[in-house]
Amino acid sequence: MKRTKRRYLLLQIVLAKGEEETLDPKTFLNAVWGAVTRLYGEHGASLTNLALVDYDNEAKRAILRTNLATLEQVRASIASIATISDKQVAVHILAISGTIKSLHKHQKSTNTLTPT
Amino acid sequence: MRRTFADLHLRIDVQNQTVATQIIRYVASLGYNLVAVPLKPELATINTETALLKRICDEAKVGFASRVDLKPRTPNELLSMLRRLRRKVEVICVLCENKEVARQAAKDRRVDLLNFPSPDYRRRFFDYAEAELASKSLAALEIDVKLLLVLEGAQRVRLLSSLRREISVAQNFHVPLVLSSGVSNLMLLRKPRELAALASLFGSTETLALQAVSETPMEIVKRNREKLNSKFIAPGIRIVKEGKDC
Repeated sequence: MKRTKRRYLLLQIVLAKGEEETLDPKTFLNAVWGAVTRLYGEHGASLTNLALVDYDNEAKRAILRTNLATLEQVRASIASIATISDKQVAVHILAISGTIKSLHKHQKSTNTLTPT
Repeated sequence: MRRTFADLHLRIDVQNQTVATQIIRYVASLGYNLVAVPLKPELATINTETALLKRICDEAKVGFASRVDLKPRTPNELLSMLRRLRRKVEVICVLCENKEVARQAAKDRRVDLLNFPSPDYRRRFFDYAEAELASKSLAALEIDVKLLLVLEGAQRVRLLSSLRREISVAQNFHVPLVLSSGVSNLMLLRKPRELAALASLFGSTETLALQAVSETPMEIVKRNREKLNSKFIAPGIRIVKEGKDC
């Protein structure tokens, strides 16, 4: 059987000023699933093989896993997220990598995006 | 060579300097190298607003291009606005809200960008005739990503359908495409590659989308800066040296 290639995305969640509340990982993942389903339907979403690998609530960073074949769809879906639970948010992709190990290296070198 | 990115439609309230500085700094941190902010189409304020924004952009280490959004009601009004403003700003965009204005804007070589702000497909006039006129002039089709982020459900579906048709028509007639944010809210700003990813929703290829946020807007600004230079005579002709020893 052919091995499926995966990609790991390092994400930065930016909350609007005055909404510095915690955003739990489940809500975040549901928002990503919701965005993929809205744009590509249930069939499209099933092909992405999305999974939340890591979530840092303090740094507002997350690592998401997806199939390489559906990377562009996931990218577009993540960019289309503007609200999560009625809170204004923006989710930016900081880095994309083939292994978690190299993504952790990126994580150390990339600065946090803050709107201030 | 590293790609340079531009957002030609950053809607900032110039009067509120604190917010303007905050947005421009954030845009720079998102990876943009050039921004254009629509100024009021009034001769009296253009120079002061340009100087102010240029200073803020210099501090944020991002390039700045002056821009005006023209919203004429008739073709004649458009012509008069163009006569007044073309030599004052680097980018001229026409917000086409009726067909007559859209046609006039598409055939005028002084117009850089054609923008259709309405999400309603009946008020988007970028069809074959419009594209044919635009292909003979220098106008590019500008698409603001803001609508894709704020609309939901059936409205967004209809907009995506209109955009897909417009992109296909633009490609057939070799009309360049420019992707801009068109936002005034910081939370709706996206990275250049995210804008390009959103363009895949309306059938744009990755190459075309990346061109639309980098090469095409950069070329428009470069071309106009050259034209606004005092040494410019005509396309391809400029004064290299002047004086008695020539």
